[in-house]
Amino acid sequence: MQQEAAMQLALTPEEAAFRDELRTFYRTEIPAEIRERTRAGAEVSRDDVVTSNKILNDHGLAVPNWPVEWGGKDWTPTQQQIWLDEMQLASVPEPLTFNANMVGPVIAEFGSQELKERFLPPTAAVDIWWCQGFSEPEAGSDLASLRTTALRDGDSYVVNGQKTWTTLGQYADWIFCLVRTDPNAPKKQAGISFLLIDMNTPGITLRPIKLVDGSYEVNEVFFEDVRVPADQLVGEENRGWGYAKFLLGNERNGIAQVGRTKLRLAEVKERATANGLIDDLLFAARLAEAENDILALELTQMRVASGSKGGKPNPASSVLKLRGSQLQQNATELLMEVAGPDALPFGAGDGIASPVWAQRSAPRYLNYRKTSIYGGSNEVQRTIIASTILGL
Amino acid sequence: MDFQLSEEQTLLRDTTRDVLSRTYDTESRLKVVDSDLGWSRDVWNQLAEIGILGLGFDEDAGGQIEIQVVLTEIGRRLAPEPVVHAALGPGALIAEVGTAEQRALLDEVAAGERLLAFAHSEPGMRRPTAVVTTTAAREGDSWVLSGRKNPVLAGDCADTLVVSAALPDGGTGLFVVDAAAVHRQPYRTFDGQRGAQIDFDRVAAEPLGEAVEASAAIGHTLVRISSALCAEALGAMEEALRLTAEYLTQRKQFGVTLSKFQTLTQRAADMYVSLELARSMTLYAAMSVADGDLDPTIAARAKLQIGRSGRHISQEAIQLHGGIGVTDEYPVGHYAARLTAIEHTLGSSQDQLHVLVGQLGDYEVVTV
Repeated sequence: MQQEAAMQLALTPEEAAFRDELRTFYRTEIPAEIRERTRAGAEVSRDDVVTSNKILNDHGLAVPNWPVEWGGKDWTPTQQQIWLDEMQLASVPEPLTFNANMVGPVIAEFGSQELKERFLPPTAAVDIWWCQGFSEPEAGSDLASLRTTALRDGDSYVVNGQKTWTTLGQYADWIFCLVRTDPNAPKKQAGISFLLIDMNTPGITLRPIKLVDGSYEVNEVFFEDVRVPADQLVGEENRGWGYAKFLLGNERNGIAQVGRTKLRLAEVKERATANGLIDDLLFAARLAEAENDILALELTQMRVASGSKGGKPNPASSVLKLRGSQLQQNATELLMEVAGPDALPFGAGDGIASPVWAQRSAPRYLNYRKTSIYGGSNEVQRTIIASTILGL
Repeated sequence: MDFQLSEEQTLLRDTTRDVLSRTYDTESRLKVVDSDLGWSRDVWNQLAEIGILGLGFDEDAGGQIEIQVVLTEIGRRLAPEPVVHAALGPGALIAEVGTAEQRALLDEVAAGERLLAFAHSEPGMRRPTAVVTTTAAREGDSWVLSGRKNPVLAGDCADTLVVSAALPDGGTGLFVVDAAAVHRQPYRTFDGQRGAQIDFDRVAAEPLGEAVEASAAIGHTLVRISSALCAEALGAMEEALRLTAEYLTQRKQFGVTLSKFQTLTQRAADMYVSLELARSMTLYAAMSVADGDLDPTIAARAKLQIGRSGRHISQEAIQLHGGIGVTDEYPVGHYAARLTAIEHTLGSSQDQLHVLVGQLGDYEVVTV
């Protein structure tokens, strides 16, 4: 038995060259001040995301996951992973996920040629900023019980209802919504459609939801007799649930945020070295373990990437989401630990002894509790693992 | 980057799985474990025939990936044969530093005719280290060893010992000792395997290669053994989870199968997450060794993850089974015992963490 070329940890020379090229690109083409703001973890700025996204798009690097015809790259899963990891390690704002990972692929896969031509180019360029209209007050993990209705009236749908947890809806030009078009369908999943709606349409109101850390990221969106042209329906009427499942499978890709967590842990180490906490073995052991945990997740992500075929959602992506959210949260806890009592002042600026990074640490810790809830809560991920992988 | 087995590796896996599952079910395994030797000569010969006992040092037999594949199967079946401790571990050491004459012993090892043991651990030694208190002294043209080695896994049945000992001028050397010349107290380990305490009272020894500082070679061997143990643990975890999932679909309480209770299935899902993390780190360790990178940090990383996952999976496997999980007749408790024993071989999880803490300052961002 001679050992073969299989089971190689190292990147191939081509993959390594690809990585180096991207590493240079991100650090030279994306403005340093944008990357610095992203690294520091300030609130997302619309301008930074758009500027960065446009530079990526101008170089054909915004939507590599799309079909080639619409700007995709036909990369291997490993290349996709390198593209994302290097972007995160360089603190480049990622392409707007609502555009690049959610509505774009759905339109490309299920939309008419007319819809594709109308929406895909401005979606890739973020000339349209999309937001997601899925969750409702009574439809969270049980998304299929959503109640927002869209009733056909001539060439329009008339939409009534309410969406919630609409992330960055305050910046959005358009919203993609799951709406109930057939209230009498035998199964609640069967009467749902996927509708594109201009946020400027009369009858839409947006109400921001203030989060526990004082930030505004999410909103409620109310629809009152909103008339939506019927040609803004994606695919077929009452087939929206299938499109939504396709979208949610894509959403979980990249949700592990391995690169960002690694950077966060590097910051923890840097700050703890500066203030001496690193010499406390109790703390150092937690940090060393957190580093090992993220490495194990990174290797798992590499395995999933190199083993996935045909772009089908892999149930292992539930592992990445579940574990990735836990490790993101753990990193915020560690940074808060480094800050100690300096975590108490909030928004006091740099005029006091508590540094700004320390002032941000506890709000971020609280904010990051969201990561185990969004994108399918971790309990939902466990249910997926138990049923699809373990056969329970 | 490629995580797929080659065709030959897949074949090796299937052949090993076949041989072991033909031999061992829960009952037959218990019988063999309770025998004087604690394992089966017959199985040993079959493993030799497949080429498994020469992996890692017989050039035609394959390297660390093949060891990974085979040990995972051994873990899956809880096969008690001391493949790592009586053959592959000390064999690799002889291959690395032995003379041509000493390396000739390896043919007998690969053929299943000679059993080895690496007598390295000493009372009070926790983390993997090359520093020992057993001494080597020159007497005329020959060498004698004095000291105590414990625990020596597979030391009970070894024909030939590879022994680490402090050299008169400093450093740690390696010696070959005829096992018949030492005083040994054999015992069972709590997971049914075998070991011995071995006392050396001015016992005649032959240097393995030259009587020179061999800490690097010892380090390499510890990394190799650690990787193999991680692979064995992976197989044990896989089977413990498979048994648990199967049990949840069969056992009924309150008129329904246990799989209807989310409080149990959610926990089984977490076991799966632990398993996949363990798999990733185990492959990382094996692929690194296969690439010639015998890095003790990588070994510590993998073994820490295996320790954590093994603890989690074995505890939950027992709990989700209920009372049957702590009985001798049902296998899941034995998987827990083996996983616990592996965690306590070559340094516990806490010991691995010490290795990693010691290096935190050497880099900014943790990388593969």
